[in-house]
Amino acid sequence: MVKKLIKRSYAFFVYMFLYLPILLLIIYSFNDSKYRGKWNGFTFKWYKELFRDQTVAQALYNTFAIAILAAIIATIIGTISAIAIHKMKPRWKSIFMNVTYLPVMNPDIVIGISLLALFAVLKMKLGFITLLLAHITFNIPYVILAVLPKLRQLNPYLEEAALDLGATPLQAFFKVILPEIMPGVITGLLLAFTLSLDDFMVSFFTTGSGVNTLSIKVYSMTKTGVTPKINALSTLLFMGVLGLLILLQKREKTN
Amino acid sequence: MKKKYLSIPYALWSLIFSIAPIMIILVYSFCKRSPYGRIVYEFTLNNYKTFMEPIYLNVLWRSMILAAISTIICLIIAYPMAMIIAKSPLKRRNILIMLFIVPLWTNFLLRTYAWMILLRDQGIINQFLIGLGIIDEPLGLLYNAGAVVLGMVYNFLPFMVLPIYSVLVKIDESLIEAAMDLGATSREVFMKVVFPLSIPGVVSGLIMVFMPAVSTFVISDLLGGGQTILLGNLIQNQFLFARNWQFGSAISMIMMVLILIGMAVSHKYQDEEGGGLW
Repeated sequence: MVKKLIKRSYAFFVYMFLYLPILLLIIYSFNDSKYRGKWNGFTFKWYKELFRDQTVAQALYNTFAIAILAAIIATIIGTISAIAIHKMKPRWKSIFMNVTYLPVMNPDIVIGISLLALFAVLKMKLGFITLLLAHITFNIPYVILAVLPKLRQLNPYLEEAALDLGATPLQAFFKVILPEIMPGVITGLLLAFTLSLDDFMVSFFTTGSGVNTLSIKVYSMTKTGVTPKINALSTLLFMGVLGLLILLQKREKTN
Repeated sequence: MKKKYLSIPYALWSLIFSIAPIMIILVYSFCKRSPYGRIVYEFTLNNYKTFMEPIYLNVLWRSMILAAISTIICLIIAYPMAMIIAKSPLKRRNILIMLFIVPLWTNFLLRTYAWMILLRDQGIINQFLIGLGIIDEPLGLLYNAGAVVLGMVYNFLPFMVLPIYSVLVKIDESLIEAAMDLGATSREVFMKVVFPLSIPGVVSGLIMVFMPAVSTFVISDLLGGGQTILLGNLIQNQFLFARNWQFGSAISMIMMVLILIGMAVSHKYQDEEGGGLW
């Protein structure tokens, strides 16, 4: 009995620790005072200001555009590569796997500055394109690592059977192999999307002036003073994530 | 089959965007610097020698210590938590573990920024304590090493809980029953059965917390307020403000090598099965 109580309160305090800052951001997004020490009454004005702010809208757009594009491109390259790696001879396989683990193991800051150095050498102008290239680069390994286990589970004779029955290699891929490994592909896609959405370190070094993502925007705001607008934004994002989760949970239950 | 050619796009991509960039900073780290900060392609060890000066070795030392302290605190908080979750009923287990993942989906800069609001002199914690009459003057909670450690523990705690949990749930219940049947106390069961079996998860967690902690510059920047310079801040400074890419590259190479050595050592303790984040 006492043991259970101790466990419960321990868990409660850990979750409190985890959610306290988020809760605080939400509460202060409704505070009618610019100075966040004081509670001045309930207001929606920060939400109104948020929707009027073009730079935040642009940052939000960039964040999602890059996350979606990077996730899709990385998933395509990653899935093709996973199939290639799966079929390789052990020696090549281990070389490719080491290369795959490189961006996973490397600290983000090193990935960021080394890509910055590369773009400088190539004389590429920093901006949306470099940001996208950087995101695809750190996403691909996660897609490969998500797809490979599904390929290992795949019956190797399925493809041969399809080919024997007259399918072209492309048909065999799209009609037989791809549906079988789809769960891994989807996991990879979601993982890539999440990683891109939340990235700050790599984006910070590979973006040029004028092209902001949400993280970069928030970082620059913490230097110049954050308005409660950004609290409003984080509240909306948090609610969005929560809503999505509840939706998924419900769908799982009905299925 | 022509399967071989499928590897070409990825081979090219990683050659250009993974391997070449690291080669470039490796070369830079051995390059000289012109008076105006340009890169002069002449071999020198000066960048590495500069790092051996006490002021920079101190930064290295501080980064390692703060990251190590944060990692250990994370382990101490996370292990019991992972055990509590692993022993909950299946249905509640999923929700409890989800509650650790949801914060990861909200922008980590915003969450770190929220701690600034909590810790500052006019912040909620200080006001609360003053209101209760426990203290007269605000405690200097923000802009010190303690705040940085707090920020690290807060941000990286899920990366310790998840791998330990994923190993703990897989432990075969009958092993524990067998140990108890053979007369082990619950303390002995933990020390001799459960803990040894969970080591792959623990090692995973240690890496996943220590690595971002040792290389961060955001947490130390925001919560340390420029008072606590870590390796990450040093690299950022050299690349963006001091325009000394050569020295910044040298620091990056040193950090990379240290982390890779750490990984190689810990690799021994991990098997194929256990330890992944998910």
